[in-house]
Amino acid sequence: MATNADAGEGELKFRDPEKAERLTDELDALMDEIGEPVNVMHVCGSHEQAIAKFGLRSILPDDLTVRMGPGCPVCVTNMPEVDEAVALAEDGHVVATYGDMFRVPGTKKSLADAKDEGADVRVVYSASEAAEIAEDEPDREVIFFATGFETTAAPTAAVLTSDPPENFSVLSAHKYVPPAMEVVAEMPDTDVDGFLAAGHAATITGYGLFEDFVSEYDTPAVVGGFEPIDILYGLARLLEFIRDGEAGLENAYPRCVSEEGNVPAKETMWEVFETTSGEWRGIAEIPQANLVLSTEYAEYDARERFDIEPEEGAIDPLTEQCITGDIMAGKADPTECELFGEECTPQDPVGASMVSSEGTCKIWLEYGGQPDL
Amino acid sequence: MSDTDEVGEEVTAEDGYTDDAVITHAHGAGGGQMTELIESLAVSRFAESEADVGLAALDDGSVQPIDDDHSVVVTTDSHVVTPLFFRGGDIGRLAVSGTVNDLAMMGATEPLALTSSLIIEAGTPQSTVERVTESMREACEEAGTTVTTGDTKVMGSDEIDTLAINTTGVGIVPRGEHVPDAGLSVGDKLIVSGTIGDHGISLLSEREGFDFGGDLESDVQPVNDLVRAAMDAGEVTAMKDPTRGGLATVLNEMASKADVGIDVEDASVPVSGAVSSAGEVLGIEPFDVACEGVVVMGVTGEDAEDVLDALRDNSKGEDAAIVGEVVEDHTGQVVLDTGFGRRYLSPPEGEQLPRIC
Repeated sequence: MATNADAGEGELKFRDPEKAERLTDELDALMDEIGEPVNVMHVCGSHEQAIAKFGLRSILPDDLTVRMGPGCPVCVTNMPEVDEAVALAEDGHVVATYGDMFRVPGTKKSLADAKDEGADVRVVYSASEAAEIAEDEPDREVIFFATGFETTAAPTAAVLTSDPPENFSVLSAHKYVPPAMEVVAEMPDTDVDGFLAAGHAATITGYGLFEDFVSEYDTPAVVGGFEPIDILYGLARLLEFIRDGEAGLENAYPRCVSEEGNVPAKETMWEVFETTSGEWRGIAEIPQANLVLSTEYAEYDARERFDIEPEEGAIDPLTEQCITGDIMAGKADPTECELFGEECTPQDPVGASMVSSEGTCKIWLEYGGQPDL
Repeated sequence: MSDTDEVGEEVTAEDGYTDDAVITHAHGAGGGQMTELIESLAVSRFAESEADVGLAALDDGSVQPIDDDHSVVVTTDSHVVTPLFFRGGDIGRLAVSGTVNDLAMMGATEPLALTSSLIIEAGTPQSTVERVTESMREACEEAGTTVTTGDTKVMGSDEIDTLAINTTGVGIVPRGEHVPDAGLSVGDKLIVSGTIGDHGISLLSEREGFDFGGDLESDVQPVNDLVRAAMDAGEVTAMKDPTRGGLATVLNEMASKADVGIDVEDASVPVSGAVSSAGEVLGIEPFDVACEGVVVMGVTGEDAEDVLDALRDNSKGEDAAIVGEVVEDHTGQVVLDTGFGRRYLSPPEGEQLPRIC
């Protein structure tokens, strides 16, 4: 868009169509050298957003497929986790959560449904905003339904380590990315030649975390940023590794990501959370990829504080047809789903990936996905 | 539902509703669900009138011939907004501008008169209502019209939130000279009269308690003078104001009603720096949110530059720009050239919720 205020130099630098053209030329040349189709997986809704929003797929080489893997924390939040939040809201407590989470369907209903029926559900931007609600309303129990990867888990942890109000607690559905990448890399029917790793999660974890991953799975990975130039540059570095048959690791987002990451944030996160195994919606049971509150913080754990009894019910038959698991595992495109844009829309979603702005289905519906333009 | 349905008859699941279906916020958000609701509840019930533009056209107003030479244009709009007083305007200015602009979108740029109906919550300070009505007066003066009849109702404190205003506007156009929103033809240029997203992004950030500095404010204003200047300068083939659902929604409506495709160039679309940055932070596209003082028009290719000059000569149109053109391809759809690649510009679905990361 044409902005009539002076755009910062930084923005121009990473949104320069001429640079983009040079990079796509480089991608074309690399694909010629490779001489066979290449599948790249990225694991972040923000990457999918940027790829779709800037129409990058329309300029990528034809035989370079870039597909999203399990990169939407909202989408992989399991239905029983939503059910827990709904049950707490229906018990008369305040449940605060991110806007993305609001309409994600549980087994029987979403938090939005619960709110329509009178429950007190609030949309917040941050864990600290949820803690402020608790501070302002000391007579209510305020539960923060916490979702997201490392990028939001660290801020949740920061709130818990700074002496939040007693009437505040956390229902954690936080997820940890690296184990999920391993699971996807191991899936026999997922054919990934290289990973474009999520730059913002890496600002916390550091790119060094991926060193073991690339050697163990013999697949290169490049940590990439979210501007169009970042993504194209990241893909070019990845194609170089693929051309050379090298399971290398590169940080293509050095202005934000370091090798060791944000050490204080990591320390805070691991002080508050520990990993446990759990089901990622539709994908698989993933070992050590769910973040739950450690025993030291049990007093703020909503699962300890309340006797949560989700209402039991049959799963909507449409849900059985939803292929969000295959989409999140990078095995299918949203357009392969019969429900896409028909029975399943952002207003009346069947699967979580139609709800979140990080979800592949919603992004594809909004921007046309892989348009033939 | 079928034509034989009568009011009050139970609507069945077969008609697309379940027995316990209720109205949700999505039905008022300006997207597909709202259109479905209007079509099934209203359009199917009220017989086609002799209007040049009637209910079924789902345009900004109706156009009804009154003699061989003139047609009367009528439009109505109910206004609720939180907060009542916002940066750049208030509900009063919104209620007058909205209706004046809807008349102008049909080509009726000299509104004859407005009606004003206020529904007020008991307990609302009189000074609040006075501020609002004074603001309505100022907006009327700006638009060259006045309120000639009205109504006031007071409701209980749990029955309505502070204040709702309905305004209806009436204007006259020479017969056949109204501008429908369905009039685009291949080769027309699309002009946007000012920066987009200001109203929506400003209100959303104000509501959510974000302070992005002083540059964000609603653009709410009557644009009938601007539209007149454009119509005098060249042939305007179609017009709409991108209120609810924003530019993305109205461009898609214009494309599908005229059975044409629209190509838009992102770099030409005027957006203020403040709106652009705030939109990125909130995760909301300026394309998807309301403008209240902007018009989108289709203009014949040969007149486009003249109309653009006329708009830019007006202080309300100084940021006007040609943003795209009407094409034969991708009928009913809008394609955006982002400067990097091309993708669809789809209408937003439902309410805009800020995102997680």
